[in-house]
Amino acid sequence: MRLKTKLFGTLYSFKDVNDVLAKANEEKSGDQLAGLAASSLTEMIAAKEVLSNLTLADLRNHPAVPYEQDEVTRIIQDQVNEKIYAGIKNWTLAEFREWLLSDQADCRSIGRVSRGLTSEMIAGVTKLMSNLDLVYAANKIEVLAHCNTTIGHKGTLGFRLQPNHTTDDPDGIRISTFEGLSYGVGDAVIGLNPVNDSVDSVATVLRMFQEIKETYEIPTQICVLAHVTTQMDAVRQGAPADLIFQSIAGSEKGNKAFGLDGALMAEARDLVLREGTSTGPNVLYFETGQGSELSSDAHHGVDQVTMEARCYGFAKKFQPFLVNTVVGFIGPEYLYDAKQVTRAGLEDHFMGKLTGLPMGVDACYTNHMKTDQNDIENLAMLLSTAGCTYFMGIPQGDDIMLNYQCTGYHDASSLRQLLGLHPVREFEQWLEKMGFMENGRLGQLAGDASTFIR
Amino acid sequence: MISEQQIKSIIDEVIKTLSPGAEGVGGGSHMAPAETMTATTAASQNNQPPEEESFLEDLAAVDLRKELLVPGANNPEMYLKLKETTPARLGIWHCGPRPLTRSLLRFRADHAVAQDAVFTDVSDEFLASIGVETIQSCCRDKDEFLTRPDLGRKLPEDQGKKLQAICPENATVQIYIADGLSSTAVETNAMDTYRALVQGLKGMGIEPNPLFFLRYGRVPSMDVISELITPKITVLLIGERPGLATGESMSCYMAYESSTAQPESNRTVISNIHKGGTPAVEAGAHIAGVVKKMLEQKASGLNLKL
Repeated sequence: MRLKTKLFGTLYSFKDVNDVLAKANEEKSGDQLAGLAASSLTEMIAAKEVLSNLTLADLRNHPAVPYEQDEVTRIIQDQVNEKIYAGIKNWTLAEFREWLLSDQADCRSIGRVSRGLTSEMIAGVTKLMSNLDLVYAANKIEVLAHCNTTIGHKGTLGFRLQPNHTTDDPDGIRISTFEGLSYGVGDAVIGLNPVNDSVDSVATVLRMFQEIKETYEIPTQICVLAHVTTQMDAVRQGAPADLIFQSIAGSEKGNKAFGLDGALMAEARDLVLREGTSTGPNVLYFETGQGSELSSDAHHGVDQVTMEARCYGFAKKFQPFLVNTVVGFIGPEYLYDAKQVTRAGLEDHFMGKLTGLPMGVDACYTNHMKTDQNDIENLAMLLSTAGCTYFMGIPQGDDIMLNYQCTGYHDASSLRQLLGLHPVREFEQWLEKMGFMENGRLGQLAGDASTFIR
Repeated sequence: MISEQQIKSIIDEVIKTLSPGAEGVGGGSHMAPAETMTATTAASQNNQPPEEESFLEDLAAVDLRKELLVPGANNPEMYLKLKETTPARLGIWHCGPRPLTRSLLRFRADHAVAQDAVFTDVSDEFLASIGVETIQSCCRDKDEFLTRPDLGRKLPEDQGKKLQAICPENATVQIYIADGLSSTAVETNAMDTYRALVQGLKGMGIEPNPLFFLRYGRVPSMDVISELITPKITVLLIGERPGLATGESMSCYMAYESSTAQPESNRTVISNIHKGGTPAVEAGAHIAGVVKKMLEQKASGLNLKL
């Protein structure tokens, strides 16, 4: 394993694999904050050169956090298919990149190789790829998951309906939900981020969503994104839930900060399978985002792309229905501007897909970042081209509760029409029946939430 | 086409018609460009100098909860009634799949005011008008301030010395202002809050240490500052991260014997200080009451009983 190279006559040496991985990253304010970033662009490229010559085995044998020390590492390493791994372990990262982009690598063969990978390998190859590489390779990968409906088919683009409200007011949530549905949003899930994390409040919203879903016979799934333990208590008390949600991290320490571990997630999955309202078998929903480990001092000196890849390795174990990165939510200390958010969104989507997840993206930003709605529209167009599974749908992209902005109700039909994409099949049929969609375009009644009001 | 000279004269006209006492969020500098746009647009339509009444409405003043843009809605009365329950941007209709121009521009305006609050520095004019000394954290500029929260809580050595020259040690109360994530919040609210607070303290017989302004300051700067000048109580007025449509919200952080060794839970916070939340003057009076309790109980944060 060689950790040194010359570039333009200057010798660059890196102290270990983590150092190579960190310095090979495209510029991110979070890596700079953590003191892990390359000190110059030339050093970054030197790190990429060293990385491109490491083998998959080098990355397998040097997990970002030691096996003995970290549950996430153990989960990632233990789910590797050893036979598949043995067939690819001598590939260099350069060869792995070229194989992924070659015509031999199709959805089926990538899906097979995926089972022999660890998250560090996935992060590693990501750092060698250009933005177009990330879009091109991700677009090959189709990952299906089934809860009540099937998400992830090629040619579809889903949207989560996110009817958040500043006080969880039922009428306010209801009218936002109706309007979102009328714009063709909500095939991925109807999911609320609650203000109030109490069992009663979560159960009340779940019952309202269930009533809407049943009254109008909407082929979708429902979820309230409280803490996992709150949702579990609500389900145990009889509340209807199709999915259980949780934010996850790429290290055991990071997960501990979120109040979870692998055993709890397995228990949550088991609970929905037994007492949930959905068909399954995919009944969990995870959110991630570059930088969350650093913000809870749980990054172990590892860069944010590698930690993000490890979230997906952890997620895979629990066969989720939905996984999305909340790519610009964490703020400028981690992703400073539009360029960094765009890159991170493309990286996260690709890494999730290569891990074998039905990967969506919350393309978003906060008001103290150097980005605006135009940048997020750009990212959504890029990711739609990459075959992104789903985005968020919020009234005009303005989340009044979480105080950030992302993709809006109007972006659903805009992106679908632009690229010839469709909602989830059963949901599209429902939209047509309701008059919200017609021949792939918005229907006569689209945009009128009062269609639902007698 | 109208010449640049004509445009200039139109702009001058418009500015003259603005009453000098008009309440301007964030001062006249924010108002002028918007009004300029209005004037040129109006002029290009009429090709005549605009009359006073030809101003377009202030887009940002429209109450979105009361506006329904859906033509021929199935049930407009109930639509509006439900819309009243949420500030979400609903009932805004569409052109093809895209939002109408009115909604698009309103969104952009609401984001613009938030971004201006973050990315504009507290002005020298404002600082001159309140006549206080400025010290600067370890951040060199706004970009560094936004990306390096660790530097925004520290002072370089020369600034520490400057602070010690301004503020005597061992005062009962030290108040200071930091820009934080909203310069607009500070310019709009800090002095009203400060004056009310000082008046409240005077009623208790307390004369606070001289006020100063910390540029590029984060909340934990109060620990470092307190260690240098050791007041009993440190009060920080700081701009909050703006939401869409509002950049004016300010927070007040207070701590008893603040130091870097103390946990964050040692801080007492009053947030949402702005005209739509707790008005600045009211907040100042309230803070004075909290300071009194801190002195009585010799505690702050979780240990303080309010």
